Amino acid sequence: MFLAISFTGYSQKVKLITVDQLQERIKNGKDSTYVVNFWATWCAPCIKELPHFEKLGQEYKSEKLAVLLVSVDFKSKLTSAVVPFAKKKKLQNQVFLLNESNPQEYIDRIDPSWSGSIPATLFIKNEKRVFSETEFTYEQLLTEYKKI
Amino acid sequence: MKKHITILLLFSVLIAQAQSKTLKAGEAAPDFKLKNVDNKEVSFANFPDAKGFIVVFTCNTCPYAIGYEKRIIELNAKFKPQGYPVIAINPNDPEASKADTFVKMQELAKAKKYAFPYLFDPGQVVTDQYGAKHTPHLFVVSKSKTGTAIEYTGAIDNDPEGLKADKTKYVEDVITALKNNQKPAITETKEIGCTVKRKAKA
Repeated sequence: MFLAISFTGYSQKVKLITVDQLQERIKNGKDSTYVVNFWATWCAPCIKELPHFEKLGQEYKSEKLAVLLVSVDFKSKLTSAVVPFAKKKKLQNQVFLLNESNPQEYIDRIDPSWSGSIPATLFIKNEKRVFSETEFTYEQLLTEYKKI
Repeated sequence: MKKHITILLLFSVLIAQAQSKTLKAGEAAPDFKLKNVDNKEVSFANFPDAKGFIVVFTCNTCPYAIGYEKRIIELNAKFKPQGYPVIAINPNDPEASKADTFVKMQELAKAKKYAFPYLFDPGQVVTDQYGAKHTPHLFVVSKSKTGTAIEYTGAIDNDPEGLKADKTKYVEDVITALKNNQKPAITETKEIGCTVKRKAKA
């Protein structure tokens, strides 16, 4: 219950997160499905599909879905770009900024098949993981979510 | 007519969904014949004295590509005289990315005085042959009697933001190794980048 309350306060705030912390967050989280979208404030196709992730997060909250929006903007852009962007767009999903500095290491740890292109999305349900390096329409996103 | 359009659409969807594999070190580097911003076609044969090539898939629009543009110009200035010219190819579909049309490419190349080819890839054929995934995505190619081969795939250096004092210059290290007849120590790197823009899937 306390957890639920503290999480509602997340909206429009941006937290730094390492890959380890992200994995912990998913492992110990109370939700059953995680949709982790990797995006950036400079990435036009990412911004285009963000509303779909917002909609999915809202509509399937009751199914214990958690949508995590993980920005790969430069860390130096946290207060100048990422926080204002999350505020302006009134993002309701949890927003993070990836707190990693070595792409040679962290890209593979998120998924070995990831080339580093964004947008990219990771779907996790229990032991099942699906990684996709594509831009989604809402219908495509919904299909992927339902499939996992 | 309608049927033809449907078939065409289906075909382009199939192409858009084809997952091309990124070429790795040791694999053959496919030659190409693409139109340069000066309207002349360019292939490896345009550089008979080259020992190899720096083939970089880059574009007008991606902030990462823009951030690396100066370094691409510098790579050509430094390594073309040493036998490794830069060949830039724009992998984006101009319908999907309006600022990446041939005319816009010509404008950029002129404004920034590109001293290297900046090629248009109709149908993203060469992009898919190389398996370029994002911009910039770079391939170092060596040339020998037996043909052209990939020596390195990935990023230019480990500093997209351009702030590190002691950056690792992957491409420079690869070419230094090749010039010394050595195999490069690092042959593949990964970096964040803007995904190659394709026509919307139906």
